[in-house]
Amino acid sequence: MTMIEKLKDFKIKRLLFNFLIFNLLILTSIYAIEPPANVVAKDNPNDGGGSILIQWRISPSDSILDGYRILRQQQGSTEISEVGFIGRGRISFTDEGTTDKMKYTYQVVAVKDTSEVASAWSNPATSKPQWFDTNRISVVVFTILFTFLIIYFIERAKKGTNLFVRKIPGLAAVDEAVGRATEMGKPILYVPGLTGISDVATIAAMNILGEVAKKIAQYDSRLIVPNTDPIVFTVAREVVKEAYIQAGRPDAFKPDSVYFVTDSQFAYAAAVDGIMTREQPATNFFMGYFYAEALILAETGASTGAVQIAGTDAVTQLPFFITSCDYTLLGEELYAASAYLSREPLLLGGLIGQDWGKAVIVVILVVLTVIGLLTNLQVLKLF
Amino acid sequence: MTHNPWIWVSAILTLGIFSFLYKENPFYRVCEHLFIGISNGYSITFVWHRVLMPTLINPVAHGEKLWLILIAIIGAFYFMYFIPQISWLVRIPIAIVLGYGAGASIPRGIDAAIVQQLRATIITRSTFLSVYNGIWSIVILFGVIATISYFFFSRERKGILKPLSYTGIVFIMIGFGASFGYTVMARVSLLIGRLTFLLRDWLGIIH
Repeated sequence: MTMIEKLKDFKIKRLLFNFLIFNLLILTSIYAIEPPANVVAKDNPNDGGGSILIQWRISPSDSILDGYRILRQQQGSTEISEVGFIGRGRISFTDEGTTDKMKYTYQVVAVKDTSEVASAWSNPATSKPQWFDTNRISVVVFTILFTFLIIYFIERAKKGTNLFVRKIPGLAAVDEAVGRATEMGKPILYVPGLTGISDVATIAAMNILGEVAKKIAQYDSRLIVPNTDPIVFTVAREVVKEAYIQAGRPDAFKPDSVYFVTDSQFAYAAAVDGIMTREQPATNFFMGYFYAEALILAETGASTGAVQIAGTDAVTQLPFFITSCDYTLLGEELYAASAYLSREPLLLGGLIGQDWGKAVIVVILVVLTVIGLLTNLQVLKLF
Repeated sequence: MTHNPWIWVSAILTLGIFSFLYKENPFYRVCEHLFIGISNGYSITFVWHRVLMPTLINPVAHGEKLWLILIAIIGAFYFMYFIPQISWLVRIPIAIVLGYGAGASIPRGIDAAIVQQLRATIITRSTFLSVYNGIWSIVILFGVIATISYFFFSRERKGILKPLSYTGIVFIMIGFGASFGYTVMARVSLLIGRLTFLLRDWLGIIH
């Protein structure tokens, strides 16, 4: 090899070497990951304690990361534990496993394949419960407003103001349905839904049961109330007993007319179906909250030729009652029923108060929509 | 056809319940009473092992949460119904449960049924970032107002309330129609599941 050829070979090798170094530098710059910064820990606001909110400034390499590991160290301890892993693009994490009044510090680790880069440790933070959830101030405002309206109209009703309630067809038919059963000498079946006593629909069902039982006591018909909840059963029995006493027929009350069947949904449906076909009630009431058994019950009742009056706030079951019952109380009509049936000033006052509440809702909807369309005000932040 | 006796039992009971579609009969009655009895037995066992033991008996037996004894006594008042002389004690736990239930459900109901619904219904400028979204939001707003007007009980349906409430019931029925179709589909899938059990697991006709 001549001197010139050696020189050429050396230049080519140097060129290749430079090219390799250059590529290596580019690759390193592409795959180098940087940690998130400014990790701040603080008590998670508006909760019952036991959680700390960790926030950070996103890593400059966020777009190529797998995610972030969240590490926690309890003050006074050397142990570091991983409390969570979240995907890229996130800038906060809530550690829901803290003990109140203990101090914790946090580190956020950027992860890419096997590479990891950790942030600095955060400030120490402790979790504690809050007395008030400031996110729910609007709920408090509405609760106070509705309570005020209801109390105001109850007071007006107590003073003797005549309160009007329009005709609700399903309830206007109760007298007729009870009378029909009496004439036919057949019983009346009352199904009080499948939810517990704390459900509003069940409470409404109990109120209606009281009024229906009073009419049944007056007409001297027979009542059947099968229950699926032991507590509702106890309440239903008390309600019916009270109704018979109020109707002046305590002797006619038969404790066995209100009984517990089972708390299993479809076993209950099978039992009520059996009752409907064996006892052949002239009238079936389905009041309260229902699930998938609604159609099974209502269809069987319809096949026996009974007059059926249903009422529920279960939106998915209402279509089935509408198609298979003679009268159906839709949603809030169920809540209005006890006031309508009893005409008691106290309940009527409550009903009128609720109507005014609905009017307030419509006004809020219209006014805030107009403001939201005409201005740049963030009206949704009011909620 | 399977030789597993439990599948046979299950299939016969399924047919027993299905026989109600023809008419109420002794076979159905047996299945019905068996179903009720078994479900009650299961519930009692479940409540004993999964509720009373871990949440009441075990902690109290270990000297923890002794205040639970007071709660248990109040709960036991439900059984006083069987003693007529002191059956009035039943009203104490009923009053507690009813009071708690109403108190717990009212704020929850106001939040879910009013505050969140208002949030979702109010239209702002940002709603019209998509024209399609904006048009449907107007329909929803109108639908909500019309539907609320249907549930006014203290006024006769006269004047503006008459057309509004009629429009409201149209919106309600459209919603129910959609819900009806959706739920029927779910029920059909339940029937398919049961028929698959009979035809595949029991009879082995389909695979």
